[in-house]
Amino acid sequence: MGKYKKYFNLIYLLVFIVMVVVAYTTSKYRPESVSILFTDFSWLGNWPKWLDFPLMPFLNKWFDILIVKYGIFFEGINFFLLGLYTKMKNFLVDLPWPLLMILVIALAFFASGRNTGTTIMVAFCVFFLGFLSPRYWDKCIMTTCIVVIGMLLCLVIGIPIGIMMARNKKVRNALLPILDLMQTIPSFCYLIPGILLFGLGAVPAIFAIFVYAVPPLIRLTDLGIRLVDKEVVEAAEAFGASKKQKLWGVQLPLALPNIMQGINQCTMMSLAMVVIASMIGTRGIGDEVLLGLQQLNVGMATEAGIAIVLLAIIFDRITQSYGERMQERVHHIKKKLK
Amino acid sequence: MSKIEIKNVYKIFGENPEKILPMVQKGATKEEILEETGHTIGLDNVSINVEEGETFVCMGLSGSGKSTLIRHINRLIDPTSGQVSVEGTNVMELNEKNLIDFRRHRMSMVFQRFGLFPHKTVIQNVGYGLEVQGKKIDERNKIAMEKIEAVGLNGFEHQYPNQLSGGMQQRVGLARALATNTSIMLMDEAFSALDPLIRSDMQKQLIDLQAQLKKTIVFITHDLDESLRLGDHIGILNDGKLVQVGTPIDIIMNPADDYVSAFVKDVNRAKVIKAKIIMVSANKFNGSKNINTIKVNEDSFIDEFLPKVCLTQATIEVVDKSGNIKGYITDKELSTALTKNHSNGVFKSQK
Ligand SMILES: Nc1ncnc2c1ncn2[C@@H]1O[C@H](COP(=O)(O)OP(=O)(O)OP(=O)(O)O)[C@@H](O)[C@H]1O
Ligand SMILES: [Mg+2]
Repeated sequence: MGKYKKYFNLIYLLVFIVMVVVAYTTSKYRPESVSILFTDFSWLGNWPKWLDFPLMPFLNKWFDILIVKYGIFFEGINFFLLGLYTKMKNFLVDLPWPLLMILVIALAFFASGRNTGTTIMVAFCVFFLGFLSPRYWDKCIMTTCIVVIGMLLCLVIGIPIGIMMARNKKVRNALLPILDLMQTIPSFCYLIPGILLFGLGAVPAIFAIFVYAVPPLIRLTDLGIRLVDKEVVEAAEAFGASKKQKLWGVQLPLALPNIMQGINQCTMMSLAMVVIASMIGTRGIGDEVLLGLQQLNVGMATEAGIAIVLLAIIFDRITQSYGERMQERVHHIKKKLK
Repeated sequence: MSKIEIKNVYKIFGENPEKILPMVQKGATKEEILEETGHTIGLDNVSINVEEGETFVCMGLSGSGKSTLIRHINRLIDPTSGQVSVEGTNVMELNEKNLIDFRRHRMSMVFQRFGLFPHKTVIQNVGYGLEVQGKKIDERNKIAMEKIEAVGLNGFEHQYPNQLSGGMQQRVGLARALATNTSIMLMDEAFSALDPLIRSDMQKQLIDLQAQLKKTIVFITHDLDESLRLGDHIGILNDGKLVQVGTPIDIIMNPADDYVSAFVKDVNRAKVIKAKIIMVSANKFNGSKNINTIKVNEDSFIDEFLPKVCLTQATIEVVDKSGNIKGYITDKELSTALTKNHSNGVFKSQK
């Protein structure tokens, strides 16, 4: 591999030339013959119309093929996720609100290791969701369901990928640019294709959450594993730990604080994405903001905005305090000693 | 065949070790390589044989490649070039499964910075080697407790490493290595964080253990006294090169170069030189004897009989176990042996 490195630049140059040639030959606006370019230099003024790489038609063709050929595949995903979402949402909506409230508070209580401060804060936030406007209760449930499903998808796919990246330098080098891409593409660029692939509703939002929120989780899992003290990992190896024993017994437990940090970030980003996704018709607390803006009702938009903040606080407190507890368990900093 | 054979091992750290290797083989120094190419020489043509049942001590200044060398033996590091074989097995040829098996049953290691698992208690740490072997928890804990007691940490078995002092952590590392009871032990500065009392206690334990179990030990230390006390052979590394290998006496009496001399200049010779090393053998002796004589066993150290000599002005008769006179030591031999920076010619000619 290393031997051929010096030819890489040449290959890049060739590819570039081929692209320019393709752009020129496929363009409708190209001059009658190439020789004109060398006599009439006006094309050096404004960007010439023929110097246009036909990416758009190519992508469209590719997209059509994707839908036609793999439609069944996306249909399947859609069916599965939508089913999951509907079941979960219906279950929670049907639950009497005080019961659901108590469940959330109990979750906060145990996740924070019976920390009363966190629990009271979460209880306050949960109550105010409905208290701000009764409509918000069910909408927050919808939003929560989407966030939770999106998160689960991120965990199930993101953590194993993070592990693979930490283990294998080649995998990391291959995936890092993809993660960069996922993080730099504006979200609307995949929200809209999401609709084409999965139809309107919750599923494109889940898809968007995945694209948007999985990179930090992957990165932090990878980083967490690589940051584990080298000599500790060597010790495991020196005593003959297999790859699996090393991963589950040493690397993952010690990377857990970082992974939890990743999960927390992932949650927050998921929530942000659900709100944006209301613009493509995903139902939830986000469309209250949209509605408010459309009706120029500042109060309404702000009120919904506050509800989103409260929801964010609930998510953040629960995952954060759980993460802190994990960290303590790994590093054994006794609360009382502090 | 030796238990551990290291043959012409080169280790170069950096982006492209293979490319640098020829330069190193031609004799470029560590500084030159680092300056010109950004690569670090870890080991430079090192060959060592460690015999079954001996303690091989490796010494050298910081950064001279000691840890790098020891990591080659259980293949935590792959050499850039050269061979490492243990009990006749070429370590580089082991596949993944055999390598795991090899590490589980043939050797254990003590780490310089301890390498303890922060999320496991002392007893879990000590039992780790057995855990990966798949031993049941009861058996594991039983053996682990024995070793914890052996290093004097009873009562701490359910603490976590960061609740212990540095020296205690080091002993956990030691107990962990002892627990798997392998025939080879790799000890990277295993006693460096211990206080003098525990340290000499541990050294004594190691010597006793060696007397009974005859393990093969590769021991790294900065402490010359420790190396003289423990080592059957000592190897001295400088900038990745092995500058001298020999018995403790070889190293003290005939340092190969200035680097080694600097190492041994502060050693308390009286404590490490035995009577039989400096005596003039009986048949060659033609000096005059004093009227007083004292009998001294050939294996006793100078500092054991020196006070008596000073008091009585006696000539020393060196005897073996059954009392036969093997040779004599007069003031002349004593003063040469104990004077630093003398010419070593005398001792060379005697061997
Ligand atoms: N992973 C690595 N990457 C790059 N260089 C390394 C690596 N490990 C060791 N080295 C270099 O190899 C040389 C030898 O290091 P090594 O750790 O073997 O020294 P040492 O003799 O054990 O020193 P100490 O007594 O301080 O422990 C050093 O110059 C070091 O910079
Ligand atoms: Mg070292």
